[in-house]
Amino acid sequence: MVVEVKLFATFREGRFNERELELPEESSLSDLLKYLKIPEKDAKIIIVNGLATSVEHKLSNHDVIAIFPPIAGG
Amino acid sequence: MAGYSGKFLRINLSTGQIDQENLDIELAMKFIGGRGLAAYLLAQEIEPETEPLGPANKIIFATGPLTGSQAPTGGRYMVVTKSPLTGTIASSNSGGFWGTELKRAGYDLIIVEGKSDKPCYIYINDNTVQIKDAKKYWGKLVSETTDLLLQETGDSKARVLTIGPAGEKLALLACVMNDKYRAAGRSGVGAVMGSKGLKAIVVRGTGKLSSARDDETKKVLTNIRKKIRENDVTGKGLPTYGTSVLVNLINESGIYPTNNFQGAYFETADKTSGETLADKYLVKNVACFGCPIACGRYSRVDDVEGEGPEYETVWAYGADCGVDDLVAIIKANKWCNEYGLDTISAGATIACAMEMYEKGVIDSDEIDGPALKFGSGEAIVEWTRKMGAGEGFGAKLALGSYRLAEEYGVPELSMSVKKLELPAYDPRGVQGHGLQYATSNRGGCHVRGYMIAPEILGLPEKLDPSSIEGKAVWVKTFQDLTAVIDSLGLCLFTSFALGPDDYKDMFNAIVGQDWTTEALLEAGERIWNIERMFNLKAGISPEEDKLPRRLLTEPIPKGPCKGHVHRLPELLPEYYKERGWNEQGLPTEAKLIQLDIA
Repeated sequence: MVVEVKLFATFREGRFNERELELPEESSLSDLLKYLKIPEKDAKIIIVNGLATSVEHKLSNHDVIAIFPPIAGG
Repeated sequence: MAGYSGKFLRINLSTGQIDQENLDIELAMKFIGGRGLAAYLLAQEIEPETEPLGPANKIIFATGPLTGSQAPTGGRYMVVTKSPLTGTIASSNSGGFWGTELKRAGYDLIIVEGKSDKPCYIYINDNTVQIKDAKKYWGKLVSETTDLLLQETGDSKARVLTIGPAGEKLALLACVMNDKYRAAGRSGVGAVMGSKGLKAIVVRGTGKLSSARDDETKKVLTNIRKKIRENDVTGKGLPTYGTSVLVNLINESGIYPTNNFQGAYFETADKTSGETLADKYLVKNVACFGCPIACGRYSRVDDVEGEGPEYETVWAYGADCGVDDLVAIIKANKWCNEYGLDTISAGATIACAMEMYEKGVIDSDEIDGPALKFGSGEAIVEWTRKMGAGEGFGAKLALGSYRLAEEYGVPELSMSVKKLELPAYDPRGVQGHGLQYATSNRGGCHVRGYMIAPEILGLPEKLDPSSIEGKAVWVKTFQDLTAVIDSLGLCLFTSFALGPDDYKDMFNAIVGQDWTTEALLEAGERIWNIERMFNLKAGISPEEDKLPRRLLTEPIPKGPCKGHVHRLPELLPEYYKERGWNEQGLPTEAKLIQLDIA
């Protein structure tokens, strides 16, 4: 399946800002993080198609995934 | 007594009388200090119906018991007065170094009364306090005024608080600036200074501030610093990218208002993000007094440089105006800092004007500047300058979006609560945060109870932003805790790493008390209710606990929160109940007696 992955803040360093990736069917967010070499504990906010979700989430074709380290502001 | 200087200044600009008065410490502690104490004093000393820009209004500059202490971020102070923009109580918070300097000079707060018949400034040098002529500074921009006042007083270590030309011209969006770049931004407090002919307050203090229990303070603060340092947000996220690292997260969450809240997802948001700012225009990070976080950004583009832009500014001038030109945003931010304008309200008012212009409500013949079109970088820069200078149509914009939209018969196009422009989160996708907007004592504001923390950031735990269940309790708790933090003199950003017990520990160690956490939070609730009572007496009825009609009836058109509206009518009764108020939103006698403010 093909998913669109967006990385933010420090996760961009040495990786990319936005890219389409082809993943095996039935991949989970956890698998994607392993592929990206992002430790699960560092990926504090993950948004799939606009909804915050957890690493166990199973991905689907054409999902848009945004991954953030811990951030805040105001 | 440690934590409190025990003295304050009362300065009457009509008579020139300067009095040093003793602070009733027991009373001060009842309201903690800062925001809380100043709210109580304002409510005692002015009639709530007072004309905000008349001589009977007073303006209070107040520090908290931890301002100037060794507590991390302990450099904050509040400006409290009756707001000319909203008619509510105004309590605007600022960082930098000015608040600490006032405390070191030996004063917990300054109450300014009356009205000078000519431009003046106040010079405080420890025990020497003078009202001096400011005629030559009237009309000058903030940075030049600051430099010239430091030259005149001959003390480069003094700290300057000043208004810009916007405050002098009574722009209702005028803020108070200190240390050149830090703003007590909201509610038009700069116009109150301007109405009194008060250009600036220069302070130099050489006193030493102590804590009541040295060993306990050392132990507590070591632990607090460790928590802030090791917290992912305060130790890493904020220092690395500053506040505008939020741009992409709030946008990806589908709650980033665009084009005056007509949408909530901005396709090109990343062009204005904290990451882009860091990549292209960041010169250095900046910290306020005693702050280990250093979220401030010093940026440079062309010949424009200075602190900012912050997240809220990037949004107000960016997505809310449909602009993805970060250079234009940096320039508009610079004009706000120099003329002394609230960046949120100024940007949001231009956004409102853009919608009115594009809908044909404002005619092109009426405006003496660039077309007010969404997406125009030229428009946000030039209209900000004209607002600050009070030029032509800019003078009308400088009165805020509500008065502008009302004058043209379309008040529903003002995205404000109690006439204060809403900040950078669309409440249709964050139900708790919307409830907090509607019930904030100063109007449309995000820093009276930052529900984005649990609803989006997952701090201290993750809540479903689209759910209304349990949100009233959360909002009340966040509002009360925020009143505590503001009143202590600390930065709200500490709350990303600290909990209520931590604030209790710092207060007890530094002031020498044995309060419980419950007692501290009850003081926060007392402050909230004092502010509410002031507003009610000022004629701000509970019917004003509302959101713009658009946010209740027009679903978000696209993006992750497509189809959402805000469910305020379902939330408000529960909130009133949690507050111990009656069904009409009025604090009950029993609640006021419980809080000892009956």
